[in-house]
Amino acid sequence: MIHSHAALLVGAMALVTMILRFLPFVAFRREIPPYISYLGEVLPPAIIGMLVVYCLKDVQITSSPFGLPELASAFVVILAQWKSRNSLVSILSGTAAYMILIRLLG
Amino acid sequence: MAGYVILGIGFGILLRNAGYGVGWALAMSVLIYAGTLQYVGVSLLAGGASVLTTILTSVMVNARHLFYGISMVERYKDAGKYKPYLIFALTDETYSVLCDGAVPDREMASEYRFFFSLFNQIYWVTGSVLGSVLGQVLPFSTRGVEFSMTALFIASFTEQWITSKDHVPALVGLITTFLCLVLFGPDRFLIPAMLVITLILTLLRGRLTDGKEGSR
Repeated sequence: MIHSHAALLVGAMALVTMILRFLPFVAFRREIPPYISYLGEVLPPAIIGMLVVYCLKDVQITSSPFGLPELASAFVVILAQWKSRNSLVSILSGTAAYMILIRLLG
Repeated sequence: MAGYVILGIGFGILLRNAGYGVGWALAMSVLIYAGTLQYVGVSLLAGGASVLTTILTSVMVNARHLFYGISMVERYKDAGKYKPYLIFALTDETYSVLCDGAVPDREMASEYRFFFSLFNQIYWVTGSVLGSVLGQVLPFSTRGVEFSMTALFIASFTEQWITSKDHVPALVGLITTFLCLVLFGPDRFLIPAMLVITLILTLLRGRLTDGKEGSR
């Protein structure tokens, strides 16, 4: 029951992704509407910002540990990315920091 | 390559922790083959999201693939039998390597691109399956590994903040989503956030493109 819904969601993700990848080769081969190319420029950074908030949506800031592990680990990621410019380094160090912090503070 | 394996492992563990085993990891990495969306997909699956939310989220998260495609239309023109797979497998990582058009051998350009794309997907699928299995057999608790998804997006956000001059789109995404979260609550804010972000960026179009027209 639950899994047939999950299969539907996986199918939807696969189908939409495929449509987005094939569309340019089928539709606008050379003429890209200016509005579309504008969205192509500004949408990606905005969506990354949206996803950051989306990931943190369930953080409880009103009860212990008050979102401290998330906040501190986010700083680790930002700092690591700033210094290393290597997202693998940032992801691994931030995740390690988080896994340690929730055990210490939780 | 190492990136694909490691991110794949992270995805496999997350998916396993959300209650979906190795078959799901395999199916998602073979059929969807889009890292960011698959990470988001884990929480869509876990939260029992609606089909509409899933479709809209997929469109927004993967809209950038339209633009990868647009810039590869010429390059993939003569790829023949390899073309369908080359288009299917045009991920961020594959695009970032193939977009400059450099290939070791002009005569074998399509073959090179095909195998490069194929091996990237093999690394991704292998990582996903490995992560799913590891998530089950690891002798210690993987609680907290879900932060790797958050870390991935914070790292991308930081990187694009460093490399771009105009921070308005990033801030619009961040602030709009936060306000929608406060207003609509954690289960219903995603669709309004996507709509409002698109609306605000559309309204800002004149402002954000000012002074950049000459460069295009």
